[in-house]
Amino acid sequence: MKVAIIKYNAGNVYSVYYALKRLGIEAELTDDKNILSTADKVIFPGVGEAQTTMQYLRTRQLDQLIQSLKQPVLGICLGMQLMCRHSEEGNAEGLNVFPTDVLLFKPNNNEKVPHMGWNTINPTDDPLMKGIQASDYVYFVHSYYVPMCPYTIAQTDYVQPFSAALHKDNFYATQFHPEKSGKIGEQILENFLNLQI
Amino acid sequence: MLAKRIIPCLDIKDGRTVKGINFINLREAGDPVELGQAYSEQGADELVYLDITASFEGRKTFTDLVKRVAAHISIPFTVGGGIHELNDVDRLLNAGADKVSINSSAIKNPQLIDEIAKHFGNQVCVVAIDAKQMPDGWKCFLNGGRVETDKELFSWAKEVSERGAGEILFTSMDHDGVKTGFANEALCQLSSMLSIPIIASGGAGTKEHFRDAFIKGKADAALAASVFHFGEIQISELKQYLCKEGIQIRL
Repeated sequence: MKVAIIKYNAGNVYSVYYALKRLGIEAELTDDKNILSTADKVIFPGVGEAQTTMQYLRTRQLDQLIQSLKQPVLGICLGMQLMCRHSEEGNAEGLNVFPTDVLLFKPNNNEKVPHMGWNTINPTDDPLMKGIQASDYVYFVHSYYVPMCPYTIAQTDYVQPFSAALHKDNFYATQFHPEKSGKIGEQILENFLNLQI
Repeated sequence: MLAKRIIPCLDIKDGRTVKGINFINLREAGDPVELGQAYSEQGADELVYLDITASFEGRKTFTDLVKRVAAHISIPFTVGGGIHELNDVDRLLNAGADKVSINSSAIKNPQLIDEIAKHFGNQVCVVAIDAKQMPDGWKCFLNGGRVETDKELFSWAKEVSERGAGEILFTSMDHDGVKTGFANEALCQLSSMLSIPIIASGGAGTKEHFRDAFIKGKADAALAASVFHFGEIQISELKQYLCKEGIQIRL
């Protein structure tokens, strides 16, 4: 199986590469459009700032490429947020794969922002969430969130219930970092690798 | 619910783990990757690797170590030490680190916090503050606690938060290494006045100390080194204990 990780100016795209390697997959870290289009699975990782990253993707036409992908795609953290319509972070227009907006957490009970650390997810029976229980912890680091929407496949409560994961057609996304979430995260990455379209 | 985090800290010199008592007298405590893996299996929520090597050669060794840690460990880790400019941050994130911790360079060049936050996001930027209670209040120190500055703890903490730090790692120098508990009053004040997570550091000796840091100190995470390295407290037992005490913990 060919797995491509989209290489861009974000920090720490390597952690996903290493996590796949621990699962026995040698992924290719690339911004080559041809390799990305023909891979069996594409991962769009992300740690970074929304607007700067979108500009980078646009100047390399990676934005159009991601939108056009037909194989299973997994956006992670900022990757997920950029796959949405618009982000309040830097007032950035996103890829609109998921027609929903990304908002800044507004604490109503002195919650800390960023939402940082291990929190539980409440999954639906989506194939990406196979084997995941409602009490399982995954690792989050983010200040912006995707509200609950028709594409939500896992929910987490912080300030209010929000989308911990999304799925629409061949596009999947997690707000948390499966590559940093120990055994539970490995299960989710394996589920993604096992997806058939 | 968001869990309180337990974070073992590994001080690294020339690729090996060491731990100072009150920041002086280093003692060796094992291979950093093996230790990190063991902690991860015991239930550590994150790891911190602090490079206390000063030389250029040592820095390269540390970057290689960061790559090895990233390759073997499936929980988040923060790296610190010797970060002076954006290029250092880029190098360490590219080696596989999740966050960077800056201390002296943040005091010398506060603008660095803004730059890291802008380029890599707030969550990447942990600002470590070493402080000591002086007759005229809490003062921040530079260079591993060797140089006193005119920065006052609480105003500096507020400033780093406003500049875009994602977390504050607060070490009370008086408590560090002496195992009599964390500086809970100062912690509580920091945690209550700021909207970013506070990591308690310095003073862990017993399981009760961790409980107090979370309940009295309102800390979001607690960091310790020697009690874990020398097996005085097992992370798995500590987490069971905290859970029984009603603290939200990932088991």
